[in-house]
Amino acid sequence: MTTEELKNIKADFVVDARGTACPGPLLAAKKAIGEIESGEIMEILSADEGTKHDIPRWCDKVGHEYLGFADLDSYTRLFLKKA
Amino acid sequence: MSNEIEAQVAELEKKIKLLQKSQPKDQISIISFSGDLDKMLAAMIIATGARAMDTEVKMFFTFWATAMLRDPKKIGKGKDFMSKMFGFMLPKGSSKLKLSKMNMCGMGTAMLKVLMKKKRVSSLEELLAIAGELGVEINVCEMSMDLMGFKREEMLDYPNLKYVGVGSYLADADESRIQLFI
Repeated sequence: MTTEELKNIKADFVVDARGTACPGPLLAAKKAIGEIESGEIMEILSADEGTKHDIPRWCDKVGHEYLGFADLDSYTRLFLKKA
Repeated sequence: MSNEIEAQVAELEKKIKLLQKSQPKDQISIISFSGDLDKMLAAMIIATGARAMDTEVKMFFTFWATAMLRDPKKIGKGKDFMSKMFGFMLPKGSSKLKLSKMNMCGMGTAMLKVLMKKKRVSSLEELLAIAGELGVEINVCEMSMDLMGFKREEMLDYPNLKYVGVGSYLADADESRIQLFI
């Protein structure tokens, strides 16, 4: 997905993990994934640089579809679709 | 002829079963040996991160690391002189651990804690609480406890804290895909 497409995605659930460093965002994502249904889209907000690498690896392992990320000034928006 | 094939199939099925049994699980086994703050942080971050990745976590606390599991509010009774001395000299709980480098009489450790707060890195106490919630299994080496003179009644209220021996660690490690000694 292009950055433009990602920016227009309407997420079903937004997890704001900007207040935590590694492994906070990953733990927050893992906790929140239980709140949504299969096929729904989750957005993770993170100010931790490592999250950009961790979330796709997590999706890959657990089976969710990683859609991509969009960088903003002080944080990153990451998107995924629950398997 | 068909009898022979059947025998071969049975033999192969047996072998496959054996192979499946010896496959390591999606599990990490961590030996926590060091009682240093920095190394303990690393161990707890890996442990909690592993649970987020849906990996089972078995931690084996031994030697200096057992001091981290002491509850500062609890007191062990019936200790002899040496045990009392050890108990006095070793850190009482996670908040008393020191850095392995740059401790500088506690200044370095205090500075790191300030930095961690500023950079929003979870403290050891927070990580321990998260680990408990996420089902990180902590096993404590009974022999180390005995050596250091720590009593069970002075240990933290951690969910399903177990006191075990090296055999339990080896059995856990045997079925784990990742092994760490920290």
